[in-house]
Amino acid sequence: MKEVNLVLGVIGADVHAIGNKILEYALTNAGFRVHNLGVMVSQEEFVKAALETDARAVLVSSLYGHGEIDCRGLKEKFIEAGLENVLLYVGGNLVVGKQDFAEVEKKFKAMGFDRVFPPGTMPEEAILALKQDLGL
Amino acid sequence: MALGLFLDIGSTYTKGRVVDLKTGQLLASAKAYTTVETDVTIGINDCLLELSRQVGKQEYKLKLASSSAAGGLRMAAVGLVKDLTTEAAKKAALTAGARVEKTYSYELTPEDLDELLALNPDIILLAGGTDGGNKKYIVENAKKLSRLKLKGTVLVAGNRSAAREIAEIFAGKVDFKIAPNVLPDLNNLNIEPVQKIIREIFLEKIVEAKGLKKAEQIVDKVMMPTPLAVLKGAEILAKKLGELILVDVGGATTDVYSVASGTPTLSGVSLKGLPEPYVKRTVEGDLGLRRTVKNVVEYGEKEFLALGISMEEVNSYVAKISQIPTYLPKTSGEWEIEIALARICVKTAMNRHAGRLEEVWTPSGKSYIQYGKDLTAVPVLVGTGGPLVYTREPAGILAAGTYEESIPSILKPKNPRFYLDTSYLLFAIGLLAEEDMDTSIKLLDFIEEIS
Repeated sequence: MKEVNLVLGVIGADVHAIGNKILEYALTNAGFRVHNLGVMVSQEEFVKAALETDARAVLVSSLYGHGEIDCRGLKEKFIEAGLENVLLYVGGNLVVGKQDFAEVEKKFKAMGFDRVFPPGTMPEEAILALKQDLGL
Repeated sequence: MALGLFLDIGSTYTKGRVVDLKTGQLLASAKAYTTVETDVTIGINDCLLELSRQVGKQEYKLKLASSSAAGGLRMAAVGLVKDLTTEAAKKAALTAGARVEKTYSYELTPEDLDELLALNPDIILLAGGTDGGNKKYIVENAKKLSRLKLKGTVLVAGNRSAAREIAEIFAGKVDFKIAPNVLPDLNNLNIEPVQKIIREIFLEKIVEAKGLKKAEQIVDKVMMPTPLAVLKGAEILAKKLGELILVDVGGATTDVYSVASGTPTLSGVSLKGLPEPYVKRTVEGDLGLRRTVKNVVEYGEKEFLALGISMEEVNSYVAKISQIPTYLPKTSGEWEIEIALARICVKTAMNRHAGRLEEVWTPSGKSYIQYGKDLTAVPVLVGTGGPLVYTREPAGILAAGTYEESIPSILKPKNPRFYLDTSYLLFAIGLLAEEDMDTSIKLLDFIEEIS
């Protein structure tokens, strides 16, 4: 596989680090070049990192239920930076409480995300989706 | 007796030190005006004459020099994202002992190119893109630079995948060298190879271009820019004293060097931004006690009021030293102002050098983000430079660089011991270390603890 750059991070004021490390490990093992920004990542950091690394996809996690607020406007910033073709994935506990996932998915797709993953998704699913979307 | 001669060909003075290479004793010190505009050997010979008056005519086993004359090593840094590759390039240039005149990000504009031509830096460090990352900007910027009539060297240290293409763009048009990427990936700063090549360029081209080649009729070699010699001296001092910070207050700038990892001392802190180099140098071009003193007054108005010094007194003193830069305070009132000015330089430069902590409220409580180095536990703060060495209260001035309860977010050292480079030997220690590490360690005894 030709070197494919990915940017990974947990958005907003979320400090959950374990899932982020597991994802980095799984994605690296799958052959991707992963630039992991860690936790408490701002929208601007995602944009800057994607630009420098020429990332093909940016994977945003959020586990503390405030994903919707934190992700609002992210796609617009990517467009502004000339990165409209970068794939945007989001996953985790994106909203507070038990909400119908189909509704959540719709909401995040409307915000410009290409894929939205529910809580409990295994890394393999994201890897499979990446390979499909990137034609690898 | 085997003697070593060490010269620092500075922008104003050429300083000379004679050292006994066996015992590590300082035998003589002298200074003379630097004469790089006419013939640098005149100033050096003046200095040698004074030294031989002190120790007699001698054969020196080792004759080494550093230089910051003729503007020092002047660089510009070009990167892609301001706080990523541009910042990495700037850090590399500063720790190589350069004066960074300007930094640029994204695509160079026609105005940027005009400015670069006018600045005419000795080296332009061209970065951008992690390895395998963005190529577009660095290639575009290389094309633009290739159309300029540049006198200096372009050092390319960006995306490895773009290196060959850039070499083809520059071939026959621009004097250039290729180094490994300064930022191969976002979590990995790789500045040592760049520093090494910057030094090579300094030795091959810049020494000659600055009229310093003639100095090599007298010394064995002009080995490195002075700030690099001082940085190497600080590194060796850290072997003896442990992690440390060195503050150098000058007439035009205040330099801060930290030889410290800067990892968080608090638990539960998330680090943000580029990794920090273990040996870090920052230069504040707006903080000096003569040429840039007007800014210092502006930053410190509150300080003067707190000391009961009126702004009229300050302004009249500043007018005096602006007119005669070699003027030294005479009355106690003048001393008070001079010391306050030095304290403002130290405090402001340290505030910019030290890392900072940002408080973030999360649903699970308070959390912290750290940018830069946490220097709170660094045990040693060293002063160097004329204004600190020749003052009445060096410890009081250095104390201005320590942690302040009122701004706990700035991670300055909390309880350091103070040291002073009383004989201005750090540059010589740095130079000597390359030839004779053991003796250079002996010279460290001249860095004295003060209280």
